[in-house]
This record gives sequence, C-alpha cells and structure tokens, in this order.
Amino acid sequence: MSKRVGLEASHAAAEAARMADVDVIAAYPITPQTHIPERLAEMVANGELEAAYIPVESEHSAMSACLGSAAVGARTFTATAGQGLELMHEVVYVASSMRYPIVMTVCNRALSAPLSVWGDHSDAMAVRDTGWIQVFCQSNQEAFDMTLWAFRVGEDSRVLFPVMVHFDGFSLSHVTEPVILPEQEEVDRFLPRFHYPFALNPDEPMTHGAFGPPDIYSEAKIAQEVALRKSKDVILQGWQEFGDIFGRYYGPVELYRTQGAKLLLLTMGSFSETAKIAVDTKKDKGKSVGLINLRLWRPFPFEELRQAVKGAETLIVFDRCISFGGPGGPVSSEIRSALYNEKRRPGIVSFVGGLGGRDMSVKDFEYVIDRGQEIMEKGSKELYETVGIRGKVSGIRG
Amino acid sequence: MAKKKLKAGTDLTWMDMDVGNIVKEAGSASARRTGDWRTERPILDKEKCNKCALCWLNCPDAAIRPSKEGFYEADLNYCKGCGICANICPVQAITMIEEAEK
Repeated sequence: MSKRVGLEASHAAAEAARMADVDVIAAYPITPQTHIPERLAEMVANGELEAAYIPVESEHSAMSACLGSAAVGARTFTATAGQGLELMHEVVYVASSMRYPIVMTVCNRALSAPLSVWGDHSDAMAVRDTGWIQVFCQSNQEAFDMTLWAFRVGEDSRVLFPVMVHFDGFSLSHVTEPVILPEQEEVDRFLPRFHYPFALNPDEPMTHGAFGPPDIYSEAKIAQEVALRKSKDVILQGWQEFGDIFGRYYGPVELYRTQGAKLLLLTMGSFSETAKIAVDTKKDKGKSVGLINLRLWRPFPFEELRQAVKGAETLIVFDRCISFGGPGGPVSSEIRSALYNEKRRPGIVSFVGGLGGRDMSVKDFEYVIDRGQEIMEKGSKELYETVGIRGKVSGIRG
Repeated sequence: MAKKKLKAGTDLTWMDMDVGNIVKEAGSASARRTGDWRTERPILDKEKCNKCALCWLNCPDAAIRPSKEGFYEADLNYCKGCGICANICPVQAITMIEEAEK
C-alpha cells in the first residue's frame, strides 16, 4: 500500500533517492537545497540507506566526484542550487558529454548580486545548454515522481544522459505538501538495477574523457546532440511506464483548460499552480483562457508545444529570469523561435516577474492575463513587461 | 588481443563516435601525428652518446625508441620537443634546435 504523508519537496527528493537505492551521493549543502544532502546524510548514517556519502568541499568537487562514481557504474545522485550550480558549471557539461546518467536536483535560486538565497529560474537558465535532460516540477509530488523517473530515463541504455530535476527554492523545497509514497516493490518494478555498459573495469581497460582535437570534436558534439534529441522517445516511455505503475501520468507539456482557449498563458515550475487558479477565476468571468505548464525543458518538446498552441491567438510567456540585453525572457525567446516558422501561430507576449523570491499571487497572474491581452491588441513600447516592480518600467527597448 | 589497425580521426563520421567518446583500444594516439606542433627538436650526437637510456626512461611521451645500433632516438611524429631528454642526458649528447621552415 502506498501512503500519503506530509513532506517538503527537499525531503520528497531525498526519499525518492533512497527508494531508488542510490549507491553514491556527493553533494555540498547550499540554501535552499540544504535539506536534501542533510536528509540523505542522515539516512546513510543511521542505516536507512546503504550508500557512500561523499562530503565534498565544493560543488565543483561534488559534480567531479559524481563523474567518477558514474564512470564505474554506480547509481549517482547530487543536488544543488543557485551559486552552487554556477560553481559546478564546467563539470556539468562534462557529465552530459561523457554520457554519465547522474541525477541532480536543482532547488532553483536567484543569482548574486545582490545576494539572494530565494527562488527564481536564473540558475536553471544558465545551464540551459549543458546537454542535460531537464524537467521542472510543479509540486512536491512531482519532485518525488520526477526524481524516480529521472533515474529510469537517464540510465536507459538508449539514453545515458544526466537528468536535472528543477523545483523552486523555498516555495517547494521548504513547503510541506501531501505526497503519496509508493511501495518499495513498485519502485523496484519501475526502476531496474543500473548496468552502465561502459563502466570502468581493470579487466577491460578503456579511456573515458579523452582529448578531442579539431578533426574529431565536431563529430563528437553532433553525435551528442542527436542522441539527446533521440532521448525524447524514452522520456515519453518513462512517463507512460510511471503512470502504469503509480497511476500518475505526465507529459512534456501539461495543458490546463486550454480547449478552445483564445489566450494561453505559459509558465514553468511552482507558479503554474498559482496561474491555474488565475485561469479559473478568469474563466468564471467568461474569458477564453487556458494554461500551458512546460514540464520538459530539454530536449525541448517542439511537437507538443506546436500542438498545444494550435488555434490560440495570444500566448503569454511568463519568465522568472532576465536575459540581460536580450530579446525577452529566456523561455519566451525559445518559444518564439520554436513557433517562428509556423504558418499559423499565436502572437507572443513576454512577461518577467517572480525574481529573487518575489511572490506571484493569483491577482498578479490575473493582471498578466489582462495586460497580456491588452498588449496583443494595442502593442507595448517594451520588449517585455514586468509584474510588481515599483516604479513605471521603461527602457526595455529593442 | 589482436592488434587492430587504428583509424585516424578524419576517417570517422559522427555516426562512428562511441557513446561518450570512450576509447576502447589502448594506444589510439599512435594513429595520429601528435607531435606536429613542436617548436624544438632533439638532435642526438652519436659521438657523445653512451647509450645509457636515461632519455628513453625519462621521455614523458614514450617518443624515444631504441634503434638497431643501440642508440635512442626521438620519433618526431610523437616528440613534443619538451627537452627533458636534453636536460637529463649526463654527457650532453642531445641538443634542442629550433624547428624552422626550410
């Protein structure tokens, strides 16, 4: 029997790592991710989890230790946030390029300066192009579910890529919600033992991490790019199998009351739940509006997105990150690119808000919906507009 | 293990790349000219050389090979011109000279 318990997302992720029976955890504590390594260290210390816990001296070392652990075929987990992810940055690329299926939770946090430990998506957007499979969670249940799923997909011999599971710092990481925990037997059925086909082994010597001169580097990178895009099939299969065993079905984009909606709002992470309530209140007042929650971020779900916006006139994209000097929020830029060549596509309005832990209320999302429609009809002088900034914002010109 | 003929990088398409670019054979660098960016080369004075093999022992790239006459000479396909051999030679039989276009 599965059980329903109150857990914060951090502990839900730690619990998923325990039930996945990870072999190695190498992590450095950083707010708001701290509760994950703390809880796992406790589990290893009191015998709840038989694993090696490596208390490293930095995030750079954390990911480096994860490379070594994955190279010998150990199921490997780590977690970080904000500045920690930045410090680990160069090794994050190495993990995906060397095709090590490490699973990493990122409790999304703003980047300094000014110093902020609170949530936004700046850290996630900075690792957009690192070649990891990346998903955003909306709730603590998803934090648990996506962590299990991440091992299943990343370790599949047709994939062999690391997976980043993003959830919002504090608004999920430190908030208790009901989470359904499955039986160990169900988890074992979903997640077979990991057999890394290229594990380092003295009986079969091989080189991992060789040098790539100009006559081979391009071929190596294209091979990696094609493989990441191909992982989409297993990503979908993983969600299907997950649903068949645990009864909760997920997809790359989640559609909320989008049927026939003329105006669509697109959000990622925990704000999607708030935005859904705003959609409900607006719908009650007769507005033709729906929500797209973008769950799969890499590889980008082009097909599902095109399908989701078919028939809509306006698409409002809400970003929790600034792309300084760029064409709009990073997510809105990607959505524009993804739809640019479509014959029939909605007009796209870009909003930025919720930076560095600034809350976005239902009322704020109602404003985004109303103002977004107004911009579509009358235009705006700004490349993107903001929510909740004190003082009239101008000067964001293209 | 049978010695397979190693492919040079330019023979490989992206579809030939192993997952994670793992190299499964040992000594794969021997298929490439890894020393062609050298700026200095070692010249051996066979009159001075006493065949002690210290250069061969100390070459960090195993680019020095024994010859039929018992001398030790750098294979210039692999020698990077670091000069360790010239420095270690107890009888100063090795001199580094600049690679120059001729």
